[in-house]
Amino acid sequence: MASADELRELMRTEGAAVAQNTQGFNEGRYRSVADLSDYEELKSEARAIKEDAIERLPDLLDQLTDAVEENGGTVYIADDAADANDYIREVVADRDADRLVKSKSMTSEEIEVNDALEADGVDVVETDLGEWVLQVADEAPSHIVAPAIHKSRESIAELFNEVFDPDQPLETAEELTRFARGKLGEQIVDAEVGLTGANFVTADTGTMALVTSEGNARKTVAATDTHIAVAGVEKVIPTVGDLHPFVELIGRSGTGQDITSYVSLLTPPVDTPVVDFEDDETPLSEHDTDRDFHLVLIDNGRLAMREDEHLKETLYCIRCSACSNSCANFQSVGGHAFGGETYSGGIATGWEAGIEGLDVAAEFNDLCTGCSRCVNACPVGIDIPWINTVVRDRVNREDDRPAEWLVDGLTPDEEDKGAPLQKRFFGNFETVAKLGSATAPLSNWLADAGPSRWAMARFLDIDPRRELPTFERETFVDWAERRDSTVDDPDRRAVVYPDLYTNHVQVERGKATVKALEALGVDVTVPSVASSGRAPLSQGMVATAEDHAERVTEALAPHVADGRDVVVIEPSDHAMFQREYEKLLDEATFTELAENSYEVFEYVYGLVENGTDTDALPTVEDGRLAYHSHCQQRTLGLEAHTVAVLELCGYDVTTSDVECCGMAGSFGYKSDYYELSMDVGDRLRDQLEADGVEDRQVVASGTSCLEQIDALLERQPRHPIELLAE
Amino acid sequence: MTETDATFEASLDELGVSVTRTAASEVGAALDEAVREPAVGVAPEDEFTETSLPFTEAGVELDPTPAALDEARTGVSTADLGVADYGSLVLTQTDRGSELVTLFVEHHVVLVHEADIAPDMDTAVETLEATLNRTRGSVILATGPSATADMGALVRGAHGPESVHVIVIEEGT
Repeated sequence: MASADELRELMRTEGAAVAQNTQGFNEGRYRSVADLSDYEELKSEARAIKEDAIERLPDLLDQLTDAVEENGGTVYIADDAADANDYIREVVADRDADRLVKSKSMTSEEIEVNDALEADGVDVVETDLGEWVLQVADEAPSHIVAPAIHKSRESIAELFNEVFDPDQPLETAEELTRFARGKLGEQIVDAEVGLTGANFVTADTGTMALVTSEGNARKTVAATDTHIAVAGVEKVIPTVGDLHPFVELIGRSGTGQDITSYVSLLTPPVDTPVVDFEDDETPLSEHDTDRDFHLVLIDNGRLAMREDEHLKETLYCIRCSACSNSCANFQSVGGHAFGGETYSGGIATGWEAGIEGLDVAAEFNDLCTGCSRCVNACPVGIDIPWINTVVRDRVNREDDRPAEWLVDGLTPDEEDKGAPLQKRFFGNFETVAKLGSATAPLSNWLADAGPSRWAMARFLDIDPRRELPTFERETFVDWAERRDSTVDDPDRRAVVYPDLYTNHVQVERGKATVKALEALGVDVTVPSVASSGRAPLSQGMVATAEDHAERVTEALAPHVADGRDVVVIEPSDHAMFQREYEKLLDEATFTELAENSYEVFEYVYGLVENGTDTDALPTVEDGRLAYHSHCQQRTLGLEAHTVAVLELCGYDVTTSDVECCGMAGSFGYKSDYYELSMDVGDRLRDQLEADGVEDRQVVASGTSCLEQIDALLERQPRHPIELLAE
Repeated sequence: MTETDATFEASLDELGVSVTRTAASEVGAALDEAVREPAVGVAPEDEFTETSLPFTEAGVELDPTPAALDEARTGVSTADLGVADYGSLVLTQTDRGSELVTLFVEHHVVLVHEADIAPDMDTAVETLEATLNRTRGSVILATGPSATADMGALVRGAHGPESVHVIVIEEGT
């Protein structure tokens, strides 16, 4: 796990270049997919093709092998990296090759084929310009699509000038590109063997798709007579026709290009004549096309992943990088922190857990906060946060159980083998909050007192720079119990879910919700219900979260059966009901709650849409708001409802568009991540302090977001529902 | 001009690819205009022209030696398909070296028949599926010039051509 010092150093040295590039890709993705009228259909189609292909993988591998052999090529299925490298070394030795040129391939990085070949004395040259920069610099890729994303133009120029000492020092991107093209061009035409990856391989014809922009993969194949393609076994899809959704989605999802310059559909060995560029006598058509082709398909843990209920989805990944680019933490630290041996970004947890093992995944898995912004971005609809949660759970169970004395009384959880102390503390925050309210204000004084803060920093790694939540003596549930409904003849009846924070900390927003709903003719009740399980789930404590889910649905089910709607104030809990509970509960129980629960502004919007008299909404003359929606709320498509209702009330609303505030529940409290959390938060601060925004009242829906904004700005943010109860 | 043609030209324009439209009988003039010498090309199939005369008249050396290709600035080839909504061109690899001629040059000039422009990617992939199943051949779906952003800014002309010009051959002329 990267320490606070390592993260700080990465943010200092690589952060600016990583942020600029990933945010550029991410904005490009939004722009590019907006042009597709059938974006959602294409994603479903892509997903279905991958599901089917992985399901039928053994058969498709047989069919593909037959096709490639019919075409005159060879297929080798390698068990692991060493097996693959042995085969490749033999092919290169048989060809008696001095040089092998490579186009970009993550799978080749995974097996570390360069090292294996170089040990044999083969000159291995990366021809993708980004990969070549890293080869010259002797650095590792920081991004699965744009490997040198962490390097600025200035640093590349410095590197080239130092290593190659050109006559004229290189400076512009144009000069650097031309220089690299020239250098690499000579080496490509001199090489005997070309090694490529493959984005997709079709079982029907043995055709491989290579998605590139530079043209180096084309040259790597055309200029050599022996072609080796390495790809994971999961790259097989049934037919050439199945390439369609991927051709439309892969570039848009990754770097935001509608399509990359070259999508090569090669059915090797290719028909292009093999030539010597110095030959000035023989016309092209008179050269022969004597070529060898070897398709090396790599298992390396993938077939076992296929049998793993949770890791299986990873195999649908098309390595587009959308999950990296849409990730707030990745935008700050890049793949050198948020990555394992080979892969980086959110989906890397699945890849590294399956290929390398849990220990490698554990190194960076905590950097996924479960904000879920990658979920809609993924062109094959992988639930990437869920994979991260499952892996965290497995990592927790592998770790030795630490000393428990400090939080023993605070951890009535279901984790039979125990998560680390800090994770158990945050995972059982419900117990902490209950105790906090029961003993407030004493608990608040104690929490802020020197020895307690010292103990929290020492044993729980809670960063002393964070303000701790202040517990209210009277909980939201207690308050509601002591008052009578003001609605005599209700239009609708609802349960307001007393989430952990509304119940114990931000009680005011609970009261505001009740008042606003009653004004709209809704009879409201606030029963005592367990916390949603978001806190333990975010720590990878799946069994505990499951227990919460069961208790929540048990408590709410009678109300739902009685015809009440469930209204949820905290977006991260609403997202639990809508998304994660599907993994934790049986289908009927999940559906019953999901279909009857609403985020509070979604509910108000629904009331208005269904004819509730809007006179009950308070209106303002010239209120100006800056609204930051919650990450998980945006993933569910529920930002617009808040904006619409606020506009109905007469507010002028501007919205932030950062992917996440950076706080992400307990994440921003942890000493290791405090500075990263604030770095992510800085992007939100910049937006909230921009011209025309800096004087607006700030509203935000999530507890975490409110805490983070409170730390970022002078202005105190509020939950928007409080504006409806004034 | 059909709607598909208009979409195709708009897509090419967005990619920075220039286009001329010409009658089959005027291909020579269009080529003359488009090439930067020295230029090489792959002998077009008869479907494009009755003879290869327009090419040689425009100074395009057909079936060059590798050394001549190495010297050339322009490569001329045909495309089997155009894809209107992306501005893509389907370049089929042949044993006459079309892949080399379209790749190892700074300027690529492509001839495509108006009738071969597919309205969208879905249609194009459907056609390709049928073709590749029949021929087991290889194609490049090329969209605009080669490009890279790996050196800190977008640069056209990475390993492949830095510019592309498309000549659309109109039907019924």
